[in-house]
Amino acid sequence: MSKAVLFFAEQNNGQFRKSAFEVATAGRQVADALGGELVAAVVGDAIADSATTLGAYGVDKVIAAENTDFHYYSPEGFTQALIDIITELEPGVVLFPATSLGSDLAPRVAAKLGVGLASDCTELFVVDGKLEIKRPIYAGKAYIRVAFNSEPQMATLRSNVFSAQKQQEGKEAAVEKIQVNVAEGKSKSSVKEFRPMGGDRIELTEADIIVSGGRGMREPGNFAILEELAKELGAAVGASRAAVDAGWRPHSDQVGQTGKTVSPNLYIAVGISGAIQHLAGMSSSKYIVAINKDPEAPIFKKADYGIVGDLFEIVPALTEEVRKLKSS
Amino acid sequence: MNIVVCMKQVPDTETKVRIGADGKTIDPTDVNYVINPYDEFAIEEALRIKEKLGEGEVTILSLGPERATTAIRSALAMGADKGILLKTDDTYLDSHAVATGLANALKEMKYDLIFLGKQAIDDDSAQIGPRLSVLLDIPCITVVTKLELEDGKIIAEREVEGGTQVIEASLPAIVTAQKGLNEPRYASLKGIMMAKKKPIEEKSPVMEEAKISVLKMEYPPERKGGKIVGSGKEAVPELVKLLHEEAKVI
Repeated sequence: MSKAVLFFAEQNNGQFRKSAFEVATAGRQVADALGGELVAAVVGDAIADSATTLGAYGVDKVIAAENTDFHYYSPEGFTQALIDIITELEPGVVLFPATSLGSDLAPRVAAKLGVGLASDCTELFVVDGKLEIKRPIYAGKAYIRVAFNSEPQMATLRSNVFSAQKQQEGKEAAVEKIQVNVAEGKSKSSVKEFRPMGGDRIELTEADIIVSGGRGMREPGNFAILEELAKELGAAVGASRAAVDAGWRPHSDQVGQTGKTVSPNLYIAVGISGAIQHLAGMSSSKYIVAINKDPEAPIFKKADYGIVGDLFEIVPALTEEVRKLKSS
Repeated sequence: MNIVVCMKQVPDTETKVRIGADGKTIDPTDVNYVINPYDEFAIEEALRIKEKLGEGEVTILSLGPERATTAIRSALAMGADKGILLKTDDTYLDSHAVATGLANALKEMKYDLIFLGKQAIDDDSAQIGPRLSVLLDIPCITVVTKLELEDGKIIAEREVEGGTQVIEASLPAIVTAQKGLNEPRYASLKGIMMAKKKPIEEKSPVMEEAKISVLKMEYPPERKGGKIVGSGKEAVPELVKLLHEEAKVI
């Protein structure tokens, strides 16, 4: 095994996802600590040209597996591409984003290699030339620090936790194209259709700001005031389990132990009392604001800032105040 | 149709996690163990398919300590036909070890469909479905919110960033269930009575060693006590000022 750090740079139609830059930045730090190079694995149907831009994030080399079969994610095809790249490079560490795609792909690659994989990591350390990671369990009620007994040491990194930092503006990474043994990775399932979500919705797990509503919203129509605040803030709208189980919001909006675990810069909890399973899913937010009529609500113990009172008065006033701020 | 549901017993979502004496695992005192919530969607989907087809068998396969029998019994009460416990002690198992244990058991079984929850809410690793796909060499569709079965294939919808993917795979296949797939039933009294007579076979899993070791378990960083800015809409300008100038998040 070499000291090289390989990471999967996720892209969509030639555009790298935010997570690609986050994982690149984290990967650069690990590579520096190990004294190895940072290599990006890019898999897609037309990606090699834009791949050079990864150089700005400290990527030394890009290995691009370009294939017309890779327009959509193909589990077997992408797994084979990663296996081919890993076989050639023999990296000591392989990192993925803990996105939908990364979380589906990484365990397959790990299983093919017969190695361990740490999911959804929030911190990486290099100790005596080996990787150690920290990751939340029980949706963040506790964390474990783990080490690996197999190589390459593999981990997926939670979105929105590692900040993306450019090392050198305009620096280009060298791109090496490889042919994937597609017959070996023949797909056993195929994507028939992709239905994009309406409008310019921001993904909860990638949002910088989240406005979430709970039981206190009383009825589904009332979420309109949260949508409006979210629009003003450029935020995503989330919901508590109570709001989802009442059928007010889709389950994909749920934040908490049986929903999404999120780490935005700002989490605004509106009419959410703060059940333990909800707190688990959002406690790693940088700043938490709580708006609730009950001053004893547990959410206030986790919130940096709280306002006690009627959310139906406070939220519209907040939207107005933010609008004023943005236009000043 | 033979359907296997891989199920895990986990602490319920109300559990307050306390770190155990070894500093690496949780203290099980007063913990209420339940069927992993995502596995309930998996069990429900398996039962619905069997009911729709009017034939078939639903087997619950669980790898875990003796207490997991209670969760298997609950799944049988929902309507599953039989259970298999791959009995382990309480030592830490990583996804590699668990997946090899389940795969080795599955290789001895008949299956057209294998269901799992999209992740277990204790370890949150979400690896077993895709790992089994490789170990059994059959397709796996993860995080499924809608499933249809027709002509020996499945068509599934899965949530991804920015939208929904529609994926088709031939049988046998693995599906991991996400909330929204269905509304799991409660066990009926009759179901609970019948479950007592249903067979649960106990076996020792054939597992490879864990490739990950836990060094220590920690509590999340304590959030310092909140500041109540004020009450009512009068407090809003102050809040916005704090968010803008102190926190610098807007």
